[in-house]
Amino acid sequence: MHETQYKLVKCTINGKPVQKMVDVRASLTDMLRNDFSLNSVKKGCEVGECGACNVLIDGECFNSCIYLAIWADGKNIRTLEGLIGPNGELSDIQQAFVDEAAVQCGFCTPGFIMTAVEILESGKEYTRDELRKLLSGHLCRCTGYENILNAVEKTMLRRLGKLHD
Amino acid sequence: MNGTVGKSEKRVDAFDKVTGRARYTDDLCDRNALVAKVLHSTIANGVVKAIDTSAAEKIQGVVKIVTCFDVPEYKFPTAGHPWSTDPHHQDVADRLLLTRRVRFYGDDVAAVVAENEIAAAEALRAIQVEYEEFPFVLDAEEAMKPGAPQLHEEYPNNILAHTSIYKGDYDAAIKEPGLIRVEGWYDTPTVQHCHIENHICFAEMEGGRIVITSSTQIPHIVRRIVGQALGIPWGSVRVIKPYIGGGFGNKQDALYEPLCAYLTTQVGGRRVKLDVSREETFVSNRVRHAIRTHIISYVRPDGTFAARKMECFSNQGAYASHGHGIAAKGMGAFPQLYPCDNVQCDAYTVFTNKPVSGAMRGYGIPQAMFAGESHIEDVARALHMDSLAFRRKNMMPVGYVDGFSKNENYSDSLNQCIEKGMEYIGYERKQAEYAKESGPVRHGVGMAIFWYNTAVWPISLESSSCRMVLNQDGSVQLQMGETEIGQGADTAFAQMAAETLGIPFQDVHVISTQDTDITPFGLGAYASRQTYIGGFSIKQTALMMKERILKYAYELTRMPPFELDIVDGNIIRKNDARVLMSLGALATEALYSLSHSEHITAESTYQIKSNAYSFGCSFAEVEVDIPLCKVKLINIVNVHDCGRLINPALAEAQVHGGMSMAIGYGLSEQLLFDEKTGRPLNNNLLDYKLSTMMDHPDIAARFVENYEPTSAFGTKALGEPPACPGAPAIRNAILAATGVAVDRIPITPHVLFARFKEEGLL
Repeated sequence: MHETQYKLVKCTINGKPVQKMVDVRASLTDMLRNDFSLNSVKKGCEVGECGACNVLIDGECFNSCIYLAIWADGKNIRTLEGLIGPNGELSDIQQAFVDEAAVQCGFCTPGFIMTAVEILESGKEYTRDELRKLLSGHLCRCTGYENILNAVEKTMLRRLGKLHD
Repeated sequence: MNGTVGKSEKRVDAFDKVTGRARYTDDLCDRNALVAKVLHSTIANGVVKAIDTSAAEKIQGVVKIVTCFDVPEYKFPTAGHPWSTDPHHQDVADRLLLTRRVRFYGDDVAAVVAENEIAAAEALRAIQVEYEEFPFVLDAEEAMKPGAPQLHEEYPNNILAHTSIYKGDYDAAIKEPGLIRVEGWYDTPTVQHCHIENHICFAEMEGGRIVITSSTQIPHIVRRIVGQALGIPWGSVRVIKPYIGGGFGNKQDALYEPLCAYLTTQVGGRRVKLDVSREETFVSNRVRHAIRTHIISYVRPDGTFAARKMECFSNQGAYASHGHGIAAKGMGAFPQLYPCDNVQCDAYTVFTNKPVSGAMRGYGIPQAMFAGESHIEDVARALHMDSLAFRRKNMMPVGYVDGFSKNENYSDSLNQCIEKGMEYIGYERKQAEYAKESGPVRHGVGMAIFWYNTAVWPISLESSSCRMVLNQDGSVQLQMGETEIGQGADTAFAQMAAETLGIPFQDVHVISTQDTDITPFGLGAYASRQTYIGGFSIKQTALMMKERILKYAYELTRMPPFELDIVDGNIIRKNDARVLMSLGALATEALYSLSHSEHITAESTYQIKSNAYSFGCSFAEVEVDIPLCKVKLINIVNVHDCGRLINPALAEAQVHGGMSMAIGYGLSEQLLFDEKTGRPLNNNLLDYKLSTMMDHPDIAARFVENYEPTSAFGTKALGEPPACPGAPAIRNAILAATGVAVDRIPITPHVLFARFKEEGLL
């Protein structure tokens, strides 16, 4: 019988420094859900195919289900829970998902929004086709992607000052 | 009327879903729950001779192993249908919690309960199963042949059911001189629902009863099935349904709730979680029936039908589940969509050693429309007639009444939808333009119409129950047995309740979770029924509640209740529209009054004995690269008449999703099996080609709104219809582009290569 091995992980989650002893076999999804109750990190396949568990690690998107928890040591991790303002206000991209009817069952939504954050924070303007490619790591069965793409595109244009409502 | 019905209100659950606060099954489960995993068979047909669990039991953390030799012998049905008290109309009870008689690769033979996932997974690998293997059969028509392996003793030749629709005299009619005969065989694949949240449930015992929290579309039905499977009174089971990550019909079956419920009883009632993997979801849940359809049409040169024949062979897989209902529904559409005096239809549902087929968005209609609308295009071509003109000449006329369902075609929906679709896609202009192309890359536009009906009456019970509770501030809690599965039902229900009560939309608080101990009885999300059916109980309950409120208002205002109304959350006098008091003030007074205290609530059930046609069409535009055998979908639009739209933005979004499913159905999705072993080959999201955002053009949804007279709010089916016409529209667009008819989906490069070679294009 092998002994379970643990390792101390020190990282920043949604702006807060934390530390946790984690099973060395645990995925970052497991750590975020089980140790920090960050339930926006969803499990749809656990092999990096669907994108539901996507989080930002040092500003870059990763499927957290195929990212070991111990690799998170020293990293800055952001999940959907980190987007909401101190008084419960939605960020622009969250509001756009609401306004564009881009949410149905909601299970893929957190992953999509976090990739959208990465896209938006690049400050670049992408074409609709480029956005399709950037978002194609996420599967959704409810929306046909149409309104999700609209939400991301409109928020991008608003941030770039090119869309005035 | 304060006009919330018909407005694109924001979803009532949107905030929680964009912040990660909406709780799904796994989010509600204690992290220390025991973990259950299922051991699946690695043969397609045979029996389990012995199971050795000794090595698995020694693994640290394993709490309990149960095998097919341990479970109770109560056979149970799994389909999410209303129960029938008439034994002849009950679903086939052919499942056990675990089975010794294995009927497909992936059948359930044992289960492990462990302290954690790793121990459970290790234990599964350590269990030794000894099988006696039988020959197996994967194809429905092969399975019907004499000498084919038999799956269920009670069903000779593996035929679960064979039903027919015969009208007129087909044999005599085809003798009419001058007829043109057109024949085709059309194949649709095994596909899976692919909701992003896999099925998951957890069960525990509380007060001697079993409490199950599950990702299901049908909590009240699951409660009954768990009772049946465990041989316990139905009232000793409680099912809780929180938010779910999609269902599309897969979760319209009892999946692993019965097993999970049993497992908690085997570990002293401790909480047991059964979280199904994506790979298991593809194989050991439900799939869409692969159906092969044979159609023969005899047509007159003037473009009218003399006689038509169709037979379809529906691959049921290993167990009955929803069974023949799917093929029967598809067959039912055939004589209705294009009525003809002489018709012969036969539908066969056949057991094979494949995963179990169940309900999936469209319930037999996507298959039937692929066959039917491909064939219509072929007939029009054989007649050298424009296929739209041919459709319009023959499709169901206004005033048509179906003898069985009593559905009436009240409006000219099909023509109106076709007009809108043609205009959107520029049909005639593009048709003319593309006809001139002759190079290696060609374009085409194609279309298909569809038939659908709403809800399950008169085949099964249709009823809905609703409860409303008035709060002190004049807001209302709304509880329905009908379930939110992503489609937006809660929002539509809130709009209906607000409209009928006369209060602001924001003042209706929908209790999204169904709990069979608390929620009024309801059947759940299926058959595109909820907006139609739920509307009845919502309207009735809201009117009851309103009457109670106005009666109480009389006590406070001394104005006759029939002269009062509620508008925008205020009690008003109708004749001069004077606001007498706010509903909030009335509710507070009613609750706390020392002279007459009353908690104003209402609850009622409505049994619905009607059904409604829901029609529409799809237009597709494709680019076909002939040497590469590649199809690029460049434009697609669906037009629906689902009656009055309750929430246009959500309706449009729902259509997008159905269209996406139809695009995958037409071009990329299929579950493949090894012919030598029956093993699934691509049961994961990498190899099963679910559409990504890059596989779609912009997709458009349009509506025609003819008020449905049989409906409480003028609305009818929209959940499933969007998935029905897309695949044949794409097929017909490819035909228009290349002149090559492809009679199987998905239309992959492999399929096109073979067809282009046959037709001399390559």
